[in-house]
Amino acid sequence: MINPADKEKMVVVEGSYAVAHSAKTCHPNVISAYPITPQTHIVENLAQFIADGKIPNCEYLNVESEFSAISSLIGAAAVGARTYSATTSQGLLLMHEALFNASGMRFPIIMTVTNRAVSAPINIWNDHQDAIAQRDTGWIQLYVEDVQEASDTLPQIYKIAEDHEIMLPGMVCMDGYILSHVYEPVVLLEQNLVDNFLPPFHPENVLDPEDPKTFGAFATPDTYEEFRYLQEQAMQKTLPKIEAVAKEFEEVFGRFHGGLVDGYMIEDAEIVIMGMGSVLGTVKDVVDQYRAKGEKIGVLKVRSFRPFPKEQILESIQNAHAVVVLDKNISIGTNEGALFTETKSCLYNSKVRIPLVGYTLGHGGRDIRIESIVKVVEGTKAAAKTGIMVESQFLDLKEELL
Amino acid sequence: MTKIAPKMYLSSGHSGCAGCCDAFAAKFTLMGTGPNCIVVNPTGCLEVMSTPFPLSSWKVPWIHSLFENGSAVASGVEAALKALGKKNDIKVIAIGGDGSTMDIGIGAISGAFERGHDFTYVCMDNEAYMNTGIQRSSGTPYDASTTTSPAGKFSFGNPRPKKNMPAIIAAHGSPYVATTSIGFPRDMIRKVKKATEIVGPTYIHSHAPCTTGWGFDTSKTLEIAKLAVETGLWPMYEMEYGEIMQVRRIKDPRPVEEYLRTQKRFKHLFTMEGGEKEIQKIQDSADWNIKHYGLK
Repeated sequence: MINPADKEKMVVVEGSYAVAHSAKTCHPNVISAYPITPQTHIVENLAQFIADGKIPNCEYLNVESEFSAISSLIGAAAVGARTYSATTSQGLLLMHEALFNASGMRFPIIMTVTNRAVSAPINIWNDHQDAIAQRDTGWIQLYVEDVQEASDTLPQIYKIAEDHEIMLPGMVCMDGYILSHVYEPVVLLEQNLVDNFLPPFHPENVLDPEDPKTFGAFATPDTYEEFRYLQEQAMQKTLPKIEAVAKEFEEVFGRFHGGLVDGYMIEDAEIVIMGMGSVLGTVKDVVDQYRAKGEKIGVLKVRSFRPFPKEQILESIQNAHAVVVLDKNISIGTNEGALFTETKSCLYNSKVRIPLVGYTLGHGGRDIRIESIVKVVEGTKAAAKTGIMVESQFLDLKEELL
Repeated sequence: MTKIAPKMYLSSGHSGCAGCCDAFAAKFTLMGTGPNCIVVNPTGCLEVMSTPFPLSSWKVPWIHSLFENGSAVASGVEAALKALGKKNDIKVIAIGGDGSTMDIGIGAISGAFERGHDFTYVCMDNEAYMNTGIQRSSGTPYDASTTTSPAGKFSFGNPRPKKNMPAIIAAHGSPYVATTSIGFPRDMIRKVKKATEIVGPTYIHSHAPCTTGWGFDTSKTLEIAKLAVETGLWPMYEMEYGEIMQVRRIKDPRPVEEYLRTQKRFKHLFTMEGGEKEIQKIQDSADWNIKHYGLK
């Protein structure tokens, strides 16, 4: 629902521009950039802002790889800089080793990931495999539904990540092309409002010759486990923080995109469709059609995949007759997408006993059409009545290609 | 006249081997930089031996991230200092071994030098992956026996000469590239100091004999380092914008055999059939250095 006050302020821009503008208002001190489709428009826009002198006190690094994009931000964050980069797909995979390192060293580096499929076969279109493959790296992962949310979530995630009790890196995951390249009406974040919302970054520990400290020391079996425990504790603290910051954002900007999760027509829903990202727009259209016929279908948007909001998911789906989970990714060898597997696992030791089915879909940018979602809903209705026939499956396979 | 001992910014008590070359290299580097610096140290012996949590030998701010990203981390440190208005006279230093510098980190170091960050990279070259147990790197010299280039019935050891890393860095247009050796502390300290005082990306490549990896007595580290220079196998020179400006001359070059005999990694050259020919090839490479760099 668009806030009437926002309607006046809306401009039509490309998704990447809105995100770059948002990053600019967060006052980053170091931006690292390496081109990769479909992320490149974000760093191009930031380069232009720098060229035009619109981002004060900021260094823009044209690095020679994504590995150095993330590594340079590790060095920058250690000095106390607020840092930003954007990447996708192969670039994100190339960062993998350093993603663990950034989180282990507790640097609140922020990136936008324009989600894209991974090679092979090489494919530049959208799915979530790239970011899902980073789920164990210790990064906060927030998935957004539209361009406004991609833009609004950046100052939120800085505020979450830079909390001294948290100090973890975070990525805002937006669907490549579908959101990065779409032109749609958005409110570009107002600098004065961002300044009110997001305090400057002042980490407790920095590299400083006046007060020399050692960062990235070697941990033996005597101490390593406690580092991992504290990392997990910090991630647990992000659960309430994500909710609180979403509300603070609403107070300042008048927009709310959900905290950890967000329901649509979910209160009385008998069938709940769960998913992440832009596919939820299509899903909501389908739900509207069913509601018009009087059928109680609802949606649970999972905004935070890391931390994984077990309680909020359980609470949201507990009264449903059946739940279907849509995943734009697959863990090869399980025949399941990650959101499906993890949702199932959080039901196991709970009192909630409802059928749960999964679809893995939209791989490599394949269109997810209204008819397909209808097929998913009908399948889930059947599961609610007669029990689960197929637990998890690919959607819209072209049999003629197999 | 009383001599004041120079201040040490790397504490003793670390777990380096007796006669450790990395400890020498780090100490001399810090004697060149003084305390107003930030050190980036990619993975390797130096990092492991100096920072077993919660202990640290470093009296200057120090960061270790990964094996291959020392230069990228250093470029982020430098960029952040600038952006935050804190750069002033703070010297940004990266200290890495030959593996992290010449092999796995060469992409990152190339990027950082091409971008022109104001930092100094010090390569401590002990000519193999010592931290993982003496495996061959692109810094390993011709015929050295390592655990992944062992001498054997059909092998004299490492089949390739050392990669010429200083030339690669110089090709980036660096204002100052110098080779040095831990066997010549004053030379090394002077060159590090000079490198850090020059604005832009500067490079020091220090030869650093490893007692464990090369197989010599722990009391001989500096002696062997000197021999490498005195034979012409390790030429010491300074380059500005790719031009050699200064070389350390050697009046009477010693035969390479004297150097090779001191180390187990070359022992096979003195026992295997055909070893003499191999030693001659190594002598030829020293002679080439003497001529090419004008060392005499």
